[in-house]
Amino acid sequence: MKNKEHFSREHIAYLKKQKKKKILVTTLRWVILALVLGLWELLTYYKAMDPFITSSPSRVISTIGSLYESGELFYHVGITLAETLAGFFIAVIAGYSIAIILWSSETVRAVLEPYIVVLNALPKIALGPLIIIWIGTGYTAIIFMTVIVSIILCIMNTLAGFIAVDETKLTLMKAMGASRRATLAKLVIPASLPSLMNTLKVAVGLAWIGSIMGEYIVSRAGLGYLIVYGGQVMKLDLVMSATFILCVLAGCMYGIIALIEKIVVKQF
Amino acid sequence: MLEFKQISYSYHTKKGETAAVSDLNFKVGKGQFVSVIGPSGCGKSTILSLAAGLLSPSSGEIITGSGEFGYMLQKDALFEWRSVEQNIFLPLEIKRVNTAEMRAKAVALAEKYGLKDFLKKSPSQLSGGMRQRVALIRTLAAQPEILLLDEPFSALDYQTRLEVCDDVQSIIKSEKKTALLVTHDISEAIALSDKVVVLSSRPAHVVAEHDITFADTPKGRRNDSHFAAMFEILRKELGI
Repeated sequence: MKNKEHFSREHIAYLKKQKKKKILVTTLRWVILALVLGLWELLTYYKAMDPFITSSPSRVISTIGSLYESGELFYHVGITLAETLAGFFIAVIAGYSIAIILWSSETVRAVLEPYIVVLNALPKIALGPLIIIWIGTGYTAIIFMTVIVSIILCIMNTLAGFIAVDETKLTLMKAMGASRRATLAKLVIPASLPSLMNTLKVAVGLAWIGSIMGEYIVSRAGLGYLIVYGGQVMKLDLVMSATFILCVLAGCMYGIIALIEKIVVKQF
Repeated sequence: MLEFKQISYSYHTKKGETAAVSDLNFKVGKGQFVSVIGPSGCGKSTILSLAAGLLSPSSGEIITGSGEFGYMLQKDALFEWRSVEQNIFLPLEIKRVNTAEMRAKAVALAEKYGLKDFLKKSPSQLSGGMRQRVALIRTLAAQPEILLLDEPFSALDYQTRLEVCDDVQSIIKSEKKTALLVTHDISEAIALSDKVVVLSSRPAHVVAEHDITFADTPKGRRNDSHFAAMFEILRKELGI
């Protein structure tokens, strides 16, 4: 950071303007949220909308409150969170490893390319019945769903990051007589870190899709289960509450990765 | 030293075969600075790849001494995630000679050539000219005998280019290294070299060789009265 004393008056004015803009954006964000929630609450309060169908912010809060009191809140959140995280880490680690193998051999890459393309295009939900028959209806099935939903993207994105490494730097490594392994460790992996961070951001979103989808198909607990169950018995308060908790959790996880990215990519 | 003896080399692509170099003969003596100039696309870089052993010739023989090669490229190719110092240590790591002694030598070299205050900095904090100097010190860190320079100045703006060019030449001379430079810049070749080798267009073979003997430094050469005449000769031989 530079010392503020060195700034000209013009620059200080510029900084002020930037700060004002930031404050405006943040304020407007909260205003929109407050407007939507307020309108929703009012319309249901004055029965312009049927809270039985649309629920309402106050009912969502009381539903979450009673879930908390009965101890169910952390049970369901914990299960979904565990499934999502497990699926996410397996997908990222396995995807990264497969990408390294694909990077190492152009032949393997060429051979496997059509399979990856088809698997990528396939709607994974189509595999639902197979998963149930092969893996059963436990947590492993949901984690498996999470993995297959996010792994292909992990493979393709990290591989693209590996391949995008600067040609000149690769020539340099070659000219120094670097082995394939040294090139990977000293050049390709560090150079592709920013792309890995991007992959993580997308993968975390897909992991949530996978775990909720998995819970729709097989589960007996978790947020996805609450949503499906709530829908079946017309408990819209429950559906809305679970959806709201999902929004918060997904947002937090994205935020954590964005923070890690900021730290890691600082040196690039 | 380095000698090309009747070297031929062809590229193979799906569309066919392209002869890049044919019947190439020239010699770089120990401690000599030799420049190879030729029309663009004549296979100049191929010559360096052949010398470094990245490519093997279709026919002919390349005779090299016992020493290692150091390769310097058009772009500095510094690793942004490493400090300047860590960049300079890279060849030591790759060649598995990463000892305290070698590191100390590399640091001494960097300090000798004005990088003392930059060692802990990130490459992104350095100017283009400075970065290319770091690239040179990195090349020298593993103590190569022969330096292969692939248009190392062409990505720099004109003023920086003159400075870095003089800089690099004096460092190479004072470290008593043998150097082979490929370039398309006639004045650069005259200013830097003990000998200029002129290549034909593809497939490249040697059109002429000139020993440059007037003046000592690149600056002195550019100001010398023989410079213009030499330039004219080379220009005609290149057919520009």
